[in-house]
Amino acid sequence: MPTLTVDGIQIEFNQGQTIIEAARAAGIEIPHFCWHPSLSVSGNCRVCLVEIEKMPKLAISCSTYASDGMVVHTKSEKTLQARNAVMEFILINHPLDCPICDEAGECKLQDYAYKHGKGESRFEEMKVRKEKRVQLGPYIKFDGDRCIMCSRCIRFSDEIAKKNQLTFVKRGDKVTVSTFPGESFDNPYTLNTTDICPVGALTNQDFRFKSRVWEMSNTNSVCTGCSRGCSTEIWVRNNEILRLTPRFNQKVNSYWMCDNGRLNTFKHVNAQNRIDGAYIRKEGQLQKVEWEEALKVAVKSLREYKNSEIAFIGSPFATCEDNYALLKFARSLGVSNIDFMNHILPGDQDEILIREDKTPNSLGAELIGLKNSSNGSSLDGIMKSVKEGKIKALFVMEDDIVSANQEYEKIFSKLELLIVNSSNQNETANLADIVFSASTFAEKNGTFVNFQGILQRIRPAVATEEMDRALDGMEMSRWDKFGTDYDRWLKGKKYDAKPSWKIFTMLSAYMEGKLKYDMAEDVFSDIAKSVENFKGLDYDSIGLEGVELKNIKSEARLAGVKNI
Amino acid sequence: MSIQKREKNLNFFEKLYIPEIMKGMALTLKSMFRPNVTLQYPEARFEPSSSYRGRPVLVQDNNGVERCVACGLCARVCPALAIEVQASETELEKERYPVKFEINMLRCIFCGFCEEVCPEEAIVMSKDYELVFKKRDDAIFGKDKLLVPVENLKERIEFLRAFK
Ligand code: SF4
Ligand code: SF4
Ligand code: SF4
Ligand code: SF4
Repeated sequence: MPTLTVDGIQIEFNQGQTIIEAARAAGIEIPHFCWHPSLSVSGNCRVCLVEIEKMPKLAISCSTYASDGMVVHTKSEKTLQARNAVMEFILINHPLDCPICDEAGECKLQDYAYKHGKGESRFEEMKVRKEKRVQLGPYIKFDGDRCIMCSRCIRFSDEIAKKNQLTFVKRGDKVTVSTFPGESFDNPYTLNTTDICPVGALTNQDFRFKSRVWEMSNTNSVCTGCSRGCSTEIWVRNNEILRLTPRFNQKVNSYWMCDNGRLNTFKHVNAQNRIDGAYIRKEGQLQKVEWEEALKVAVKSLREYKNSEIAFIGSPFATCEDNYALLKFARSLGVSNIDFMNHILPGDQDEILIREDKTPNSLGAELIGLKNSSNGSSLDGIMKSVKEGKIKALFVMEDDIVSANQEYEKIFSKLELLIVNSSNQNETANLADIVFSASTFAEKNGTFVNFQGILQRIRPAVATEEMDRALDGMEMSRWDKFGTDYDRWLKGKKYDAKPSWKIFTMLSAYMEGKLKYDMAEDVFSDIAKSVENFKGLDYDSIGLEGVELKNIKSEARLAGVKNI
Repeated sequence: MSIQKREKNLNFFEKLYIPEIMKGMALTLKSMFRPNVTLQYPEARFEPSSSYRGRPVLVQDNNGVERCVACGLCARVCPALAIEVQASETELEKERYPVKFEINMLRCIFCGFCEEVCPEEAIVMSKDYELVFKKRDDAIFGKDKLLVPVENLKERIEFLRAFK
């Protein structure tokens, strides 16, 4: 392998790599604004200038190919001088906006000004002012003053989102970013530009001014918007989710996520219609009762039916652990009518990320055995039997199947017993006789299998009533660490909800007690023992980017990730 | 029990105590003819100088709007985590303002860091030292109690401009 020397360290590189790429691969970060590992090279910010021996002038490391024997200095006198000059130049027209700028705290310009800048400017003239608060698209506000014209957003739109919607207009110091005349910046991936914009020029309308970045905790998770299962981070303050951001995962989503996933998959966690605790229908009304009472009533009622009169509906929205516990609980009752509902939006799919299967774990639920041929009736069969009065008791876990199929409402009136695990009020839960409030994806540990057969972990970011951030090892912000019961900023609502696997374990405890799990991890190790594709896995081995399950025969694996 | 060594062994006269008592009485006598420094609080009140750090307050500009842009730096720097700021968007030129600004006066240690860090000269230490509450909740001051017109804070602001 050819090698080059960066700051005295000899590193290997692949032919065709630029200096910045080679250095990055070896863990040496060369400052950059406009260069992005997933975008084409534009070379306009000049902050990545480095000194290369035997070259007459400094060269930009993002577009200079590494060659064998090259000697590069990223911290030499000449390089530092050039970098300072570039920083001073970029800051000439940059406003002193940090106090009102949402990017502060995660701003590349702020960081570099601190690390590589001189700390003062020699520029005494009036700064050029540009348009502020421009609505570029449905979710994005643009601040012309703060833009440093790196063109990342333009290249993203063109190269990744495949929609050429943004461009530079005007020239010289007046240059600014705009949509093409009559166009709106409205492709399904626009908000990724707010992540890659190195400054606070592009801001997420939904998150704007809601919180400082340093006030939130961030937890690694997975998006539940579709079967891509993009790796994400959940940002929480005062036990409330304020935003989701994509997390780099080469195999799944690269640096990106779609706007729908980012904006619409977490609002239900803190929504008004969250179910808090356990409910039983008394005199036609769902009334809140102690968990114990609801569990006992559920067990007693289930016992009144023959196992052929009972059916269980699992969920592709729930984790592998939840579905596995459901399966095991159903089997312990001798019930074989088990299935789950798919949620496919035909055609709502693209070559980038979005999948038409709108659930995060349908493959997982399938592998666990919820669609097994040894099961009794399928979903349609179960519904037919309910209609005919053959199945009289139904357990539905974490899926609003009545909203998804309006015919079910009428069919469900035939049921004598309907038990529902649900996080929010919905049409299915409203029809139930017994409701257990289920934790959302943001409140539990668990695993999802995406359409490629990649198994990823979700972790609790929001605490429920039974959880404690410190004791449960959750991510903590400074507020979480030092707050007390008397501090208003630590009084965010905690819901009385439990993960479904736990609800089944508790139900089981009132019966023969076959399910004995203390943690989601226990359920998973049981899965790893009994499900072929999961053999040999445990939570630690899943890591941050997930693992590819063995023996997945899906066309999806081949479809894999395109180069994004 | 170990016997500690004295730093200084008393000599004979000191052991008598009488001379020492006389010394003390002499000081008392002297003080009786000194000018009186005790204030008859609350009838008479202490008026601090502009370098005094009383409770932090928010500066309200002449147009009736707070100067604060809810940057959250004071909340971040506060070693006692006394300050909570919630920002929101405004149509005004400053774009950003605090919908909620609360200082928990039971947490505040009057260090003045918030005043020092504020980029907008929006939070300053006042001369108010009278902080009495009957309930914990009363100690949490919202914008209603924190906002003070800029005229009333002129002295402190001038002091800061001269010495900060
Ligand atoms: S873009 Fe960065 S440097 Fe510019 S005002 Fe915002 S935080 Fe400050
Ligand atoms: S808006 Fe941001 S990403 Fe786009 S050119 Fe300006 S600085 Fe770069
Ligand atoms: S592509 Fe799917 S998984 Fe990724 S962010 Fe969008 S909805 Fe979520
Ligand atoms: S530092 Fe100043 S401007 Fe920032 S939030 Fe505090 S008072 Fe407001």
